[in-house]
Amino acid sequence: MARDSQAALVALNRFGFGARGGASGDFTNAASDPRGFVIADLARPNGALLEMPGQLSTAELGKQVFDYQFEVQQARNAAKAAQSTMSETAPAADAKPAQRRNLSLSSAAKEIAGKDPAMQAPGQMADTANAGAMQPSANPAKPAVEPPNIIQKTFRAEALARLQRGVVVDCGFAERLVVFWSNHFCISANKGALARMWAGSFEREAIRPHVLGRFADMLKAVEQHPAMLFFLDNQQSLGPDSRAGINRKRGLNENLAREIMELHTLGVGGGYTQDDVTALARVITGWTFAGRQGQLGAPGSFVFNANAHQPGPQQVLGKTYSQNGVAQGEAVLADIARHPSTAKFIATKFARHFVADDPPPALVAKLQDVFTRTDGDLKALATALVQSNEAWQTPLTKMRSPYEFLIASGRLLARNPEDPGRYLNGLNLLGQPLWTPAGPNGFPDSNAAWAAPEGIKLRLDIAAQLGAQLADRFDPRELLELVAADAASAETRRTVERAESRPQALALLLMSPEFQRR
Amino acid sequence: MDCSESAMMQATSRRALLLGGASFAAWAYLPKFARAADGRDPRFVVMILRGALDGLATVAPLGDPDYAGLHGAIALRGDGPNAAVMLDAFFGLHPAMPEFARMYRAKQAAVVHAVATSYRDRSHFDGQDVLESGFPGPGRVQSGWLNRALEALPKGERVTSALAVGPTTPLVLRGTAPTVGWAPTALPQAADDTAMRLLELYQHRDPVLASALTQGLQLEKQAQGDDMKPKPGGGGAAAMRLVARGAAKLMAADDGPRIGALAFDGWDTHANEGGPVGRLAQLLGGLDAALAEFQNGLGARWRDTVIVAATEFGRTARINGTEGTDHGTGTIALLAGGAVGGGRMITDWPGLKPANLYQARDLAPTTDLRAVIKGVLHDQFGIAERVLAEAVFPDSAPVKPMKGLVV
Repeated sequence: MARDSQAALVALNRFGFGARGGASGDFTNAASDPRGFVIADLARPNGALLEMPGQLSTAELGKQVFDYQFEVQQARNAAKAAQSTMSETAPAADAKPAQRRNLSLSSAAKEIAGKDPAMQAPGQMADTANAGAMQPSANPAKPAVEPPNIIQKTFRAEALARLQRGVVVDCGFAERLVVFWSNHFCISANKGALARMWAGSFEREAIRPHVLGRFADMLKAVEQHPAMLFFLDNQQSLGPDSRAGINRKRGLNENLAREIMELHTLGVGGGYTQDDVTALARVITGWTFAGRQGQLGAPGSFVFNANAHQPGPQQVLGKTYSQNGVAQGEAVLADIARHPSTAKFIATKFARHFVADDPPPALVAKLQDVFTRTDGDLKALATALVQSNEAWQTPLTKMRSPYEFLIASGRLLARNPEDPGRYLNGLNLLGQPLWTPAGPNGFPDSNAAWAAPEGIKLRLDIAAQLGAQLADRFDPRELLELVAADAASAETRRTVERAESRPQALALLLMSPEFQRR
Repeated sequence: MDCSESAMMQATSRRALLLGGASFAAWAYLPKFARAADGRDPRFVVMILRGALDGLATVAPLGDPDYAGLHGAIALRGDGPNAAVMLDAFFGLHPAMPEFARMYRAKQAAVVHAVATSYRDRSHFDGQDVLESGFPGPGRVQSGWLNRALEALPKGERVTSALAVGPTTPLVLRGTAPTVGWAPTALPQAADDTAMRLLELYQHRDPVLASALTQGLQLEKQAQGDDMKPKPGGGGAAAMRLVARGAAKLMAADDGPRIGALAFDGWDTHANEGGPVGRLAQLLGGLDAALAEFQNGLGARWRDTVIVAATEFGRTARINGTEGTDHGTGTIALLAGGAVGGGRMITDWPGLKPANLYQARDLAPTTDLRAVIKGVLHDQFGIAERVLAEAVFPDSAPVKPMKGLVV
């Protein structure tokens, strides 16, 4: 079969998460039929869904948070009550057995760890060795190690499932689409306990089912998801003339309405006014989730609270919506989803993510047309991108995001993580903490953001450590064949081959333009 | 209550999060004869110098009439400022290694010159495979000769659990015999040499990344200020010292490991190698300091210690067009320790006349490195010659253990 190594790079890196190592044959398969290799990823039934062992729904997770917070509060109250009657006791558990010898290994270990701040307690290395050596082990200095609470445990389990999917999946195009849409409709785990608890289930429930479905369905699922309602404060927004609004003398919070228009659909300059934002805010009053008491529904589930809903018709983007209840907002969202500004905004962002910071206008026009013609069929959109010539002819100039870089490294080095810590720490260091962007506009999607000086130096440091930890298991020259084969530049090939050691060669390979650009 | 994943965005905290690359690995058990009746409690340390050490620049054959011409601008001299330290009438030691010179004078250090493994090509990776695996040819990376030597030793108590399995056990110590390790934390930076190689690649292939990396490296320097912290991720001289200091402390303990290995990178001096001062001089200073750290840290145990420092191959006898040297063949191995029969040069000197050079470019190897290591393993631990010839260094029966290396 004909081999097109340059197109294989495009298939693997522009569309996918990079070639897997070992005997995957990814590069060869991609080179023999580049477009087919990518399209096949969209053909797997439910390929974008993620089933975790023991996974819980957003409502179930929400209930756990409510219960946990309730318990913590109870314990605090109890402790306060007890404090006055109890005296402090010495922590006997800290006492160490007496030293039998003067010159013992543990004292030596303690000595070197204690005297020199650059030296670590040797025991930490167990973590490094067992956890799959993906990222430098990070044991953030915490004086007392408390067992992770239910929120931390859930976040890590959800993160692990996502990371593992990225590392093992065939081409990764569908998973790249998940990451794209998840960032488009981002929440931030930093918002609070519920957001951290729900970060994973939000993506599983609101994003993944629609990545190859309809944009309007994803939009509705997102804006009615408790995580988004919590992230953008809609549970606090009350219709000024609603019963709750009148009783509590509180009113609208425009946060979610504004971001729906500005970030999720029409885009800045998409033809909406402040009046439209305010009207949409009124329309979606009452969109909330049930609390611990469960008066409105199952705790932690989406509910429409008629008591908080602004009564009466609303005019949005020149159209009057007279529906009652939740149907009013759903009708507005359905119309916004197929608005021409939305088609343009989504097409541009989509092309910018996959192809270039300044995507070819012809490609954007083509995608916009597909989006419009198919009424927001996202599988058709993705397919049109793969079938376009622009996507294959535009040079690979985009920087991999930190997430893409770490996942691609894990794939190449066949490090399917058993613990998410290394990846999460690497993402933190490189400025892309998982599910935790700085604002509702998500992580940046430009070379200016990811090819910044500090970021590149940090990537190099991480690559050097991956090299130091893992290089002995690989021949870097063989890895280069898996990454780029004859699409590798002569300079990259020479740099890898002439490295002074395997660790250095692997670090240089991971930092080469062939591995960093997509 | 907030989870750690979110709270670490500040660049200042990152050093605390990352492990350094340099490490020390050791056998997880004591040999059974430790503290036996004769009071001898032998220790053995292998230092792998990755990147190919220039033996002619480290222990220079000043008495060879061809040396000065071949090594040109970077050749050592026997007189003047920064003169080499004469080890005998013929060989001079690099002036960056005063500690080794002191040990040599105290008959606790020796140099084997014109030595090489059985590998005769010039790939670092393959050369390191052969050096560390102990197999005659490259491609065997499942276990190292030191690990297989451990399997021949009577296994005593396990060293205490204060040490865990290390992330970077070098190949020489990898295998079925369990090992433990230790590495300094923090200071996770890539070695300068790695950064420079990457920068060169970017300059050819990706000017935008070249510019970003250049600025990133400058930022890093500024952030460090005059903070002289070492960089164990690379081959920095201070890193060698730091790792050696920690390893020596651990190996000095009564219940600490007896047999260990360290790996130091950075010896691939293709350009601007430097003579009495410069890049190689800095690295040699680090190696010298590491040896001194072992002597200091092991205290009374130094008496029973042998350290062998070895590299995958040597470098060209003639310097290249960038005042460096390219991949070669024959080089040196260094022995240090209170148990070394030292104070002597061990060599069958081949000479540097063009006809005597290997392939008309490299110092010709006249000693098989395996003979040196076999000699040490035999004398230090009593490992039988047959085991050495079959299990430790497979297919090496013709290479006899060198005698008299250990006193």
